[in-house]
Amino acid sequence: MLVDKNEIKIKVENLKKCYGSLEVLSDISTEVYKGEVVCVIGPSGSGKSTFLRCLNKLEKATAGTIIIDGEDITLKQTNINKVREKIGMVFQHFNLFNNLNILDNLTLAPVQLKKCSKDEAVGRARRMLNKVGLADKEASYPSQLSGGQKQRVAIARALCMEPDIMLFDEPTSALDPEMVGEVLQVMKDMAADGMTMVIVTHEMGFAREVADRVIFMDGGYIVEEGTPQEVLLNPKEERTIDFLNKVL
Amino acid sequence: MIKIITVYGFMLLSALGRTLLLALLGLFFACIIGLVFGIMGVLKNRICNIISQIFVDVIRGVPMIVLAFFVYFGVPYLFNTIIGGFNVNLSALQAGTICLALNCGAYMAEIVRAGIQSVDIGQMEAARSLGLTYGMAMRKVVLPQAIRTMIPTFINQFIITLKDTSILSVIGFPELVNTAKNVQANTFMSFQTWAIVGVMYLIVITILSRSAKLLERRLSVGR
Repeated sequence: MLVDKNEIKIKVENLKKCYGSLEVLSDISTEVYKGEVVCVIGPSGSGKSTFLRCLNKLEKATAGTIIIDGEDITLKQTNINKVREKIGMVFQHFNLFNNLNILDNLTLAPVQLKKCSKDEAVGRARRMLNKVGLADKEASYPSQLSGGQKQRVAIARALCMEPDIMLFDEPTSALDPEMVGEVLQVMKDMAADGMTMVIVTHEMGFAREVADRVIFMDGGYIVEEGTPQEVLLNPKEERTIDFLNKVL
Repeated sequence: MIKIITVYGFMLLSALGRTLLLALLGLFFACIIGLVFGIMGVLKNRICNIISQIFVDVIRGVPMIVLAFFVYFGVPYLFNTIIGGFNVNLSALQAGTICLALNCGAYMAEIVRAGIQSVDIGQMEAARSLGLTYGMAMRKVVLPQAIRTMIPTFINQFIITLKDTSILSVIGFPELVNTAKNVQANTFMSFQTWAIVGVMYLIVITILSRSAKLLERRLSVGR
């Protein structure tokens, strides 16, 4: 509904990633449009997390090109730090900075990177905490929060950089079941706000409800992609059917 | 015993002062050396890793007494006689500081390296994913956490270094042990002399380790 097909945010062409002789991604090509919500599903070891981590160069592509907002991040001369400022990332294990309180977690990057003054950063951080429903936690330390709260802070931290794109690496996989909902709700709100999102997930219900497109990966390839209707309800490929039978 | 304390007490106390001075100087430079070589050990750069490893291996592989003789006698001899034309003269304090700094620095480098590696890689990744540079992420996120875990081993190393100053009596620095030798030679009261010296070390080190415990407890707030 909010997808703008005229603006490509992420363009991946023939991406390949090897660790030594192990080929994790064989040949991945896809595009993500502005405002699009893409869910990446697939069995463990299929390369979906690696694919996601290539998009902000936490993993270096072995071959192929990845173009973020017109900038090829596989080129050496591209300043990856500048590109990363536009790409928020949320991790399975939250990775909040344990040495900083919640407010400092949110303001560290904007202040260090001189995106804004300390006061502005604090103001924005408070707005973001409010948005994820944790306004009262700004003085707490990460160890004092529940998993769901940590993940919501992690999302708020990424949003404080005002990114154009958000990457989610199994954001609910490390959560207790009763906390999954609160995190997914925050993600739904973001999707409704028109954020471009790539989400590696095992939450099929969420994918069906929120995704504009679902990508099914297996063995380092994109096996099948399409709308949630197509991929989740009427899969064509044998491997997709197999996988969905196991998880649903 | 009373006689030693009344007659030589001041002498021993000032020797203890010099011991502490030497230890502090050595530790100060050791911290710098340890931080530099420790970080070189974790950088994603083979050459830095190798340099760091060689430094640590060489210093750890040589007894400190040999290092002391080498720095105090060997190095000036190298410059002044073998190469010639130099006039390098190290005071016992300078040579002692260098020895302690190198020796303790090598162990510190290993402590720093292990400390940094003990911080979950996700912390670095999260910091980098926000656009922070490697240096910023290291300074603001990884090192503060690493240093916290390093503190107990650091303190241990401080204590070892404080005790290692006694080795430097061999190059004639008038620290506590060297001074005590003179006291013993003058008085022939070896039992009393060494008992007093032992107690002096014990007191200083106990104070040090107790305050370290306090510091550790204060730093672990909010963890």
